[in-house]
Amino acid sequence: MTGQASPPAGQAAAAGARHRKSVGWPAGRAAQAGLIVLALVAVVIFPLAFTNQQVSTIAFLTLIFVCAAVAWNLFSGYSGYISLGHAVFFGSGAYAAGIAARDWHITGTAEFALLPFAAVVAALIAVPFGLVALRVRRHTFVVITIAIFFIFQLMAFNLTGLTNGTIGLNAPFLLWDPVSFDQRFYYMALVLALGTVAISWLIKGSRFGLQLRAIRDDEDRAASLGVRAMPVKLTAFVISGGITGLAGALWFFFINQVLPQSGFDPLFDLTVALMAFLGGLGTVTGPMLGALIIEPAQQYLTTQFSNSYLSQILLGALFLAVVLFLPRGLIPTVAAKGSGWLEQRRGRQDVPATGEDGDGGADGTDAGIGSPAEAGTSAAADAGSGDTSAPAATSKGPAS
Amino acid sequence: MGTELTRAVINGILGGGIYALMAVGLTLIFGVLDIINIAQGVMVILGAYLSYALSVHLHLDLFLGLLITVPAMFVIGVIIQVAFIRPLHGSERTSMSLLASYAVAIIIEGALYLFFGPNYVTLNASYVNKSVYLLGFHLPYIDLYGFALAVVLVAAIYVMLYRTTFGRSIRATMQDRTAAMLVGVDVNRVAALTYGIGVAVTAAGGMIFGASGGGFNPNSGYDLISRLLALIILAGLGSIGGALVASMFMLTLESIVDIWQPNWSIAVFYAALVLVLLIKPTGLFGRQAARAQ
Repeated sequence: MTGQASPPAGQAAAAGARHRKSVGWPAGRAAQAGLIVLALVAVVIFPLAFTNQQVSTIAFLTLIFVCAAVAWNLFSGYSGYISLGHAVFFGSGAYAAGIAARDWHITGTAEFALLPFAAVVAALIAVPFGLVALRVRRHTFVVITIAIFFIFQLMAFNLTGLTNGTIGLNAPFLLWDPVSFDQRFYYMALVLALGTVAISWLIKGSRFGLQLRAIRDDEDRAASLGVRAMPVKLTAFVISGGITGLAGALWFFFINQVLPQSGFDPLFDLTVALMAFLGGLGTVTGPMLGALIIEPAQQYLTTQFSNSYLSQILLGALFLAVVLFLPRGLIPTVAAKGSGWLEQRRGRQDVPATGEDGDGGADGTDAGIGSPAEAGTSAAADAGSGDTSAPAATSKGPAS
Repeated sequence: MGTELTRAVINGILGGGIYALMAVGLTLIFGVLDIINIAQGVMVILGAYLSYALSVHLHLDLFLGLLITVPAMFVIGVIIQVAFIRPLHGSERTSMSLLASYAVAIIIEGALYLFFGPNYVTLNASYVNKSVYLLGFHLPYIDLYGFALAVVLVAAIYVMLYRTTFGRSIRATMQDRTAAMLVGVDVNRVAALTYGIGVAVTAAGGMIFGASGGGFNPNSGYDLISRLLALIILAGLGSIGGALVASMFMLTLESIVDIWQPNWSIAVFYAALVLVLLIKPTGLFGRQAARAQ
């Protein structure tokens, strides 16, 4: 997991990070592990306890968004390149599955063999997409992803021979009764979501993940220290795109239909980004938490208010509230509060050594976002683990 | 064929004037605040709906109505900047401001749906459906008036930027925020007013867009903003002259492609954007490198 090759930029930092984690706090670790097991049990028995179709639909969609938000974050959150074009992959995955099922006459449960195909198609699309978009940074990157997104939506509308245009595509019919249909899809989405979280976690702890975060903090410095920026960014982009495509295909099989405006939906881009921001950009658990909060809330609002416009306004207001009052996201904010509390309890002496342990898997505090005091703490902790970690961990000032 | 082409070029230039006006507002906001105002598109639509409300309920002439809608949009812009954009800071400011303006766009869109419903509407006035026979072409009055208005407003922005003290402080802030602050420019005030001006021009842009296009609904903002973003990136972020040239050029190109391939004409926007950035990542007239912003 911690890369084996010898090391320019992030190696020492990686070793440091592992070291800090293993020093740990046994009781805290046990509690954390217990919580994870409890959560796992809860999500596994959930569909058995709730068979109401409305509930199981929301549960499935939530898992799809967990997957999409975590996949988005493992590129955008780690690298700092904010993509507002991930619906390209979601839609492409759905369309790839739909087109293949139609042209290759795939019916019934055989459709699930198309899931890997959809992932590969989305990943292949991510290669030229990334080669074009990743040449530019910041605002320009964001706008390029939006532009490419619109090109894809336009293609879905206009390449009628391939996509059926505005009529869209239908998924193969499954001879499952409604309850087991929902349950099976739920478990497939659960496996996908857990797998994505695991990949995100593995990447975050790896040398590759450190290179990504070094790029986020200062790409030119990272490059000068030997990080091959373009291949690293592109790899993350392709992994992220492939997973999003897979989620798109599964979503398509569940919903049974894909239209240009539902597969390539600008709100999808925004929602996924918001989930990651709400939970904590660049953390492992943050985007998952964000999806678990936002998607059910959104679905609930949509069903509660017959007026979907009102729910749209509320959603926008929620976005604004997150951006204004929780700019660092839930996980890093809570983690900072937690370590601040520990700091007070233990006295200031050993803060650099233990402050980072308090936040467990969600080491958002190393992001360099936030108040100077906290950034200082994490920089101090990282400095303790080796000088070469500096480019990956030092905080940067305001963008402007 | 030849006449068709000439007509396409004329349409492109007339339409380009309006897009230039809206793009100048967007690029001005970028230059001073270092944010991309995703809400610009839906604000154009808001401007169009304000004109619509005034003309339907108060029977006010569209151009006279601008005397109300432009200041109204200016105030809305200043309020949004002070309430939602100014509080953002820190290293994630770029992405935060994008999300904040996107959120503003969603709220405005939802509010427009609530008040006006999802049906397409058009702005009507005596001159909207009439045209003048000029140089062998029937040119709609509204397009000509709109173009004239756009020229006047863009010229006014130019004069303001290059002939007034306030314009000098805007340009100073665009060049170097810290240095501008050091020589006594009230950067916060400049930022709020610039945002207001950038939004105010959308009132005029929206009125002409709503009167000359094929109708609009609250959802039309997405199409607009994606074009406007493509235009200002193509021009080079923060370049005002570039935004003018890019708008004229792209609208003409789109209108020419439209002769053969109406379904794909919008794709020209994005394809051109991608092509230009492959060759010149700064955009056509960009000063700062998009790579190293």
